[in-house]
Amino acid sequence: MLRRSALALAAATLLITPAAYAADTIKVGVLHSLSGTMAISETVLKDTVLMAIDEINAKGGLLGKKLEPVVVDPASNWPLFAEKAKQLISQDKVAVVFGCWTSVSRKSVLPVFEQTNSLLFYPVQYEGEELSKNVFYTGAAPNQQAIPAVEYLMSKDGGGAKRFVLLGTDYVYPRTTNKILRAFLKSKGIPEADIMEDYTPFGHSDYQSIIAKIKKFAAEGKKTAVISTINGDSNVPFYKELGNQGLKATDVPVVAFSVGEEELRGVDTKPLQGHLAAWNYFMSIKAPANDAFIKKWSDYAKAKGIAGHKDKPLTNDPMEATYIGINMWAQAVTKAKSTDTDKVIAAMAGQTFTAPSGITSKMDEKNHHLHKSVFIGEVKGDGQFNVVWKTPGPVKAQPWSPYIPENKGKKDEPEKK
Amino acid sequence: MLRLLLISLALLWGPAWALSPETAARIAAGEGDDRVAALQQAVAAGDASLAPFLRALQDGRVRLKGGQAIVVAEGQAVPADTEEPMLNNRMRREIEAALAGLDLLSPDRATRAKALATLRDDADASKLPLFERALASEPDAQLRSQLSALVAGAKLSSTDPGQRRAAATELAASADPATRALLLERMVGETDPGAKAAMQLAIDAIGSRLAWGERAQLLFSGLSLGSVLLLVALGLAITYGLMGVINMAHGELLMVGAYATYCVQQAFRAWAPGAFDYYLWLALPASFIAAALVGAAMERTVIRWLYGRPLETLLATWGISLVLMQAVRSLFGAQNVAVENPGWLSGGWALLPNLTLPYNRLAILAFAALVLVGMALLLGKTRLGLMVRGVTQNRRMAACVGVNTARVDTMAFALGSGIAGLAGCALSQIGNVGPDLGQSYIVDAFMVVVLGGVGQLAGTVYAGLGLGVLSKLLEGWQGAVLAKIALLMLLVLVIQKKPQGLFALKGRVLD
Repeated sequence: MLRRSALALAAATLLITPAAYAADTIKVGVLHSLSGTMAISETVLKDTVLMAIDEINAKGGLLGKKLEPVVVDPASNWPLFAEKAKQLISQDKVAVVFGCWTSVSRKSVLPVFEQTNSLLFYPVQYEGEELSKNVFYTGAAPNQQAIPAVEYLMSKDGGGAKRFVLLGTDYVYPRTTNKILRAFLKSKGIPEADIMEDYTPFGHSDYQSIIAKIKKFAAEGKKTAVISTINGDSNVPFYKELGNQGLKATDVPVVAFSVGEEELRGVDTKPLQGHLAAWNYFMSIKAPANDAFIKKWSDYAKAKGIAGHKDKPLTNDPMEATYIGINMWAQAVTKAKSTDTDKVIAAMAGQTFTAPSGITSKMDEKNHHLHKSVFIGEVKGDGQFNVVWKTPGPVKAQPWSPYIPENKGKKDEPEKK
Repeated sequence: MLRLLLISLALLWGPAWALSPETAARIAAGEGDDRVAALQQAVAAGDASLAPFLRALQDGRVRLKGGQAIVVAEGQAVPADTEEPMLNNRMRREIEAALAGLDLLSPDRATRAKALATLRDDADASKLPLFERALASEPDAQLRSQLSALVAGAKLSSTDPGQRRAAATELAASADPATRALLLERMVGETDPGAKAAMQLAIDAIGSRLAWGERAQLLFSGLSLGSVLLLVALGLAITYGLMGVINMAHGELLMVGAYATYCVQQAFRAWAPGAFDYYLWLALPASFIAAALVGAAMERTVIRWLYGRPLETLLATWGISLVLMQAVRSLFGAQNVAVENPGWLSGGWALLPNLTLPYNRLAILAFAALVLVGMALLLGKTRLGLMVRGVTQNRRMAACVGVNTARVDTMAFALGSGIAGLAGCALSQIGNVGPDLGQSYIVDAFMVVVLGGVGQLAGTVYAGLGLGVLSKLLEGWQGAVLAKIALLMLLVLVIQKKPQGLFALKGRVLD
């Protein structure tokens, strides 16, 4: 009986849905891994998009039409990202896609978006060195995260670090970021001998020898700091080992670029107090827009029963970037009175939005990146971050890092084809 | 006369005179440089109420309200509409140093020892009078020697080259990486050739002493990784080694054990938060039983129909592993779950200045040894062990003498699975617990068993520990990425030369 009614219900939904939506909806693609290694980080971004869509629909939708999300799961499989993107664009005919986390997945879908002239909103901090007409980058470029963080470490308040360990997971983002940082440190007069670079594979779980190496390096000279671009769940064993081996933040501070509130969920942060992270948003930022954002997310997580978040809602930087992205897109569509890619791209230039981080975030007129404030936070005992430094105002993104010599003369806007 | 009066007044006021609210507020909030300056002034003033204030600041019991710093008594609720003062690493270090300076003259030996450990890292000339005063009144011989090293460290930045030379010579007896770093730093700006030579000598002497700590660290991390590999492989040594089942779901049995640990932890958190530190004692049997039950069910329903057909077993167990993973995903979600170390497993034992042995790793080392001994006894000394050995060596003969081989198979498989569960419980203390946990260990587990030689325990032990130490050696030399590749290449070579594994049994046992 129960099964039959469930079947009937499903059939009814199938019948009703196309009838109710079909003609007068705008389809929005969501391309985030819901299984595999990256699910840990990307799942909440899918939920953030859905929350924002609900919100826009509650206000009456766009151009008199409701938004209809189309969620696919590329399963942390980089080639599958391209396939799923193709499917979203050519079969489902979505107007825009929100998705990707790792740089390798973005590189995989990029040709698809360029060939079909479609739109992608990419919400994660990345290594730069890319500028496509079809992508809006709502995460940070290196000069909006990595460079200010290193400058802070070298300052008096940051501990006046003179030696640096560049530690990362072995793939394109950490390698490129470290290349930029190496050039930057060189320009600040740090000799090669005072920089140590080391990589671990994805999912590495035994950080004993790495920590021992850091200790040894730190004992060989002046004040040392660690810059970590370790990605994914390797961070948990890394920070556990750090705490257990007694490497304190007052001696050797670790600043991380891919560790936020969500990644520290499973870690006892008491021994980690004082280690740092650099982002453009922290959950602990005090701003009316942030209070509203956190409340919205908490209510949504509770209503939808999102695992983990329904008991302990957490927000983080990529969620904020996703939220800004979809809202700006909605504004641009309203302005352009169309979802046509080229019209929306034109309307996106100079869009502003009151970001949860408390600033008015602006989409650059030319380079498809947001102007963002940079915050440096120290880990607190409860897994939240305490903002210890921030830029006076929003910073314009430099997708082509000036510290890489080959970038000289590259234009700060997408190439016209 | 006037002076006497002033002194007696100061004495009268002394204990009652509190830290002025302005100074307290200046320490608690403002620009970094100002705060540090205010703190140093307060230290110089020798204020008695400074220490409790700083401790409250460290513990997060100070709040700001309208430019005033309020100290909240321990255990009391924090008043609303107040702000938390910001502490960054610099401020925290300054506070630690200030408190350590005050503690250096404390009557309690442990307090003094702790203060000394904190001060080790910033021995500059400004602290010299303090160190000398403490040295003069220090009764404990061990602390005296540490203090005199501190004095020497501070004297390194003295203006007299003779003093610097003498200080460097004295420091050569140290075995502390911080001292070496200090010497290296001072040597850069050293102009006197005699002092420079003395510093170089001291650096070399300390370096050779530190090298022993580094070697010990390498060996320990190797053994620790080896013990993890051993634990992971022990269960497989029974199911694959003795019974010949190519169990691709072995990794998922580890995962079941880890999730059982998680469930026990959640139960303790919900119903017995006071006893949280002891949850592991219940988690161990729980993870064993959970994994053993899953293993027994697998054997009864699937594997027993496939004995002697390795290819089908491989495919079937692989299928089971996918089913188990998806089941866990549906039950607990795709994300990792948090398993916290109990308090007594956090932290480490500082054996040498540059050698800290984390408690969780020590515990796993001991646990692996226990499980190994337990398993050896079970197989070698008990009736069940006898029957398992009998059945695996000659099934028909065992059946002829009345052994219920089907039951023994189930028991043996459950035992192997249960040990995998125990390993999962141990892994939950050092790594991530998620649906993919098993995937990252299955290759290692097979590697150890195959390398060690199928069919016996001793080989598994040698292979596990050997691979652990070797991989740490390679990691230290070439980095983690290349070490993994090199290790797998080595394994291929070994298997080509010795297909039966390094420690294969001779004779007909393997047929």
